[in-house]
Amino acid sequence: MELITPSFGLIFWMLIGFGILFFILAKFAWPIITNGIASRNKKIADQLEEAAKIHEEMESLNKKHEEMMVQAKAERDAVLAEARKVSEEMYENAKLKASAESQAMIEDAKKTIYYEKMKAITDAKNAIANFSIDIAQKVLTEELKDREKQEAIVEKWMDDIHFN
Amino acid sequence: MSYKGFERKLAAFLCTLLMLFACQNISAETEQTEAFDAGPFIIEHVIDSYGWHICGDGDKSVTIPLPIILFDEGRPVVFMSSKLHHGEAAYNGYAMGWEEDTKGHIVKLDGNYADYTGHLDEGETYENHVCKWDISITKNVCALIISIILICCIFLSVAKRYREHPDEVPSGLQALIEPVVVFIQDEVITPSLGKNSNKYAPYLLTLFFFIFLNNIMGIIPIFPGGANLTGNIAVTGILALITFFVTTFSSGKEYWVDIFNTPGVPWWLKFPLPIMPLVETIGIFTKPFVLMVRLFANITAGHIITLAFVSLIFIFGQMNPVIGWAVSPVSVFFYIFMGLMELLVAFIQAFVFTLLSAMYIGMAIGEEEHEESHEAVVEA
Repeated sequence: MELITPSFGLIFWMLIGFGILFFILAKFAWPIITNGIASRNKKIADQLEEAAKIHEEMESLNKKHEEMMVQAKAERDAVLAEARKVSEEMYENAKLKASAESQAMIEDAKKTIYYEKMKAITDAKNAIANFSIDIAQKVLTEELKDREKQEAIVEKWMDDIHFN
Repeated sequence: MSYKGFERKLAAFLCTLLMLFACQNISAETEQTEAFDAGPFIIEHVIDSYGWHICGDGDKSVTIPLPIILFDEGRPVVFMSSKLHHGEAAYNGYAMGWEEDTKGHIVKLDGNYADYTGHLDEGETYENHVCKWDISITKNVCALIISIILICCIFLSVAKRYREHPDEVPSGLQALIEPVVVFIQDEVITPSLGKNSNKYAPYLLTLFFFIFLNNIMGIIPIFPGGANLTGNIAVTGILALITFFVTTFSSGKEYWVDIFNTPGVPWWLKFPLPIMPLVETIGIFTKPFVLMVRLFANITAGHIITLAFVSLIFIFGQMNPVIGWAVSPVSVFFYIFMGLMELLVAFIQAFVFTLLSAMYIGMAIGEEEHEESHEAVVEA
């Protein structure tokens, strides 16, 4: 029964051979291969995770972006409305101011005209007064050339005073 | 070394080897016609031998001679197996055993023939004794060496690829090997060993690929395949023995408690007659024994069946050449069928051996996290 009788030589070489094979593979092959596979697996897993994270980030960014867009639109609308309001206000103000100014100018002009008019009237009055005085002086000078006339007048005035 | 380069170098190496040995040994002598006997023919092909028979018959055969190394009374003796002329000649008193109990061993002739070199006569009786310390490079040892070189070449080149191109898409040989490594790791090692996986993975992976490659090499009918290495009881025995030692030396307290004081068993099975401890103790040894026998028997049986189909052609051919020719297509068909079956068996047996080894080790460590997903003991 040679078939089931282990031979010494083969046992001997098998122990040595398998030992060497195990040593070589355990030292130079298996750690590198298993670590290589594990590291690649880890890398792939990491990258997948990263991709998912990036995707999420992108999504949130998109959301943020949209929100920002909406906000920006709202803000723009607000700004525009404000600007319109301000411009309208400014327009109104300007209009008011302009009308007020023109009113003031008119007033001024009126005043100036009035003063000028008054001045002119005063001047005219003064001139008339002066003329009158001059005339009166001339008249009086003419009237009171002689003594009796003067006395008559004084007499008259004295009478007036007396009555007063 | 790229895969292609490696392949070319290997082919060149093997061809040179083949030519060197084959040329040396082609001899032509008188043809003898003897009845074809399938039994010895098959056994001859599944057991070990001192030369590597390539083709041909009897003296016209082409055989790669292999060195015979003996320690005869402490004295090393080395010569080529071709010196023995397939057991028909003696060399310096050494000859191939021819009796029932010495068959397949080198014997030393005693008495007058102690240093005899020359042809051995049929009629003569030669006193002889078997040389015990025989570490010859037999066919199986040669196949062992070839397979070791092949495995080293494959895995070192794959490892090199991992080292030089880390974290890249696998290519070539790496792409072929990686799924298998991952399969063994994920399906066999991790479920059985859990967090101890890394410690035992190198042994189990080596075990798997050694058995698998040698199973495959065994199916290949021509050199450098064809040696029935994993169908040899010494080889499977050593593998089982290593698993046994690894199991025993990595065993925890729980393992021994389970054996000597099996929990969940009635007390009267342990005392006064220690039936359970006895059974469990025997179990320690039957596990590796079964490992050894399963691999040996499966592979050898496969080879025997394929050889039987081939023998059919010659058996029928002997009756009548016409029948021989007629039977041959059927035989070849069944041969191919069995060959494919053996391919399957080659993988399954390597897988089962590795799986059971992993499970035995896992059980011996006895960690809490028993992932008993491998309850099914695959008996292929």
